[in-house]
Amino acid sequence: MIVEFLSAYIGDSLAYFSWTLMKVLMILIPVTLCVAYLTLAERKVIGYIQLRLGPNRVGPKGLLQPFADVLKLLTKEIIIPSGANKFLFVVAPMLSLMPALAAWAVMPFADGWVLANIDAGLLYVLAITSMGVYGVIVAGWASNSKYALIGAMRSGAQIVAYEIAMGFALVCVLMMSGSLNLTTIVDTQRSDFGFLSWNLIPLFPMFVVYFISGVAETNRAPFDVAEGESEIVAGFHVEYSGTTFAVFFLAEYANMILIAALASLMFLGGWLSPIPGIPDGFAWLAGKIAFMLFFFLWFRATFPRYRYDQIMRLGWKVFIPVTIVWLVLIGILMRMEWWPW
Amino acid sequence: MFGFIRDVSNTFLLTELRKGLMLTLKYFFAPKITVQFPEEKTPQSSRFRGLHALRRYPNGEERCIGCKLCEAVCPALAITIESEQRDDGSRRTTRYDIDLTKCIFCGFCEESCPVDSIVETRVFEYHGEQRGDLVYTKDMLLAVGDRYEEQIAKDRKSDAKYR
Repeated sequence: MIVEFLSAYIGDSLAYFSWTLMKVLMILIPVTLCVAYLTLAERKVIGYIQLRLGPNRVGPKGLLQPFADVLKLLTKEIIIPSGANKFLFVVAPMLSLMPALAAWAVMPFADGWVLANIDAGLLYVLAITSMGVYGVIVAGWASNSKYALIGAMRSGAQIVAYEIAMGFALVCVLMMSGSLNLTTIVDTQRSDFGFLSWNLIPLFPMFVVYFISGVAETNRAPFDVAEGESEIVAGFHVEYSGTTFAVFFLAEYANMILIAALASLMFLGGWLSPIPGIPDGFAWLAGKIAFMLFFFLWFRATFPRYRYDQIMRLGWKVFIPVTIVWLVLIGILMRMEWWPW
Repeated sequence: MFGFIRDVSNTFLLTELRKGLMLTLKYFFAPKITVQFPEEKTPQSSRFRGLHALRRYPNGEERCIGCKLCEAVCPALAITIESEQRDDGSRRTTRYDIDLTKCIFCGFCEESCPVDSIVETRVFEYHGEQRGDLVYTKDMLLAVGDRYEEQIAKDRKSDAKYR
């Protein structure tokens, strides 16, 4: 409708382009705002768990704190270390942020609310999010700092290890829905029984594996060895300051929201209502994403950091075998038609 | 064998992780203990050792007799005193400086004072904006004493039976 309205004035191709651009902004701006408020939520939740109040001075109840933080970061100087590769040093944060935002293109927010409803949506998400590791590795290498390099190597190895387990967990979802299209995956979870038909129930172990791998993918506590404040200062972003650091920060939190959104779509029925009779809608998806994000913050406040060899053991020797066995088991059950869902 | 099964099931059911999560969740909902500082303040002891003050007798005469015991006992060498005889024959200080950037707030000066002249008050929210602002002279210390005399006298009285 809006495309027709615009094309009457500026021509078809330009109208289509500007409408798409508008849709991109309609996704990007709320995602950026969510990131801003996720940082506040993180500080608040961790504060509450530690019997503190968290930030509450900037604006009512501290609600303007994220803007104060952003202003501070944007006005700070970007320091480029003398031995650093200047080009890669500046490009690395963008490499890190780009996939975190690009993956939102195929994310359906409600029935039909999707920028690009492509059939290989899930594959696209997996491919794009795997590219995020390049930002981290390039940042670590370009910084010309030992801590940054160690952090980048750790992060690279960790993401490779957990990507596999995560992929297998998602393959189980694909077997349930028979489609790579994210909208279809949500639609196959629809039934008259509300939440009982969500993938969460039959695939609960895979949900746990997926979410733990997701925490590891985003380098969040207790898998934050890539940053590891107490071991390697700040890992790959130790040399970054000002805007470049803010971009890394944005990428990390955008990735968290992405993992939470994917978990909601794959396992928690996306925008479907949990109780039959209550209408579906975007509010349900937002609620589910917020619920999953709370777990990220809760984990960070609860668990101490894993030792590096334990992370590798968990990834390669526990998650991958467990997911493969479970995958085969589901395959057999579906083939024999003993699968109730 | 039974122990092994129990260990494996505990690992795969994430028993210990869930216990930890439940504990932090409990604290998430627990009442918060943060004191909102400028609006709320924690209770102070009557023996609180904050900013120094020089006291006067009720008739306005300054208490300090220039005995220099506080200067001698000060472990941080923060006190500097010069004294001379006054016209009425009594000994009084002409200079009494405390460098608060050196002071370690041990309270020895207060302990050593035979006439309860140098005391430490409950004031701790003071600051200096340039170098030298925290070197308090005799006039400044007497002014602090005059300003908080009521509170200082009350605190000395409540502590008197233990001294």
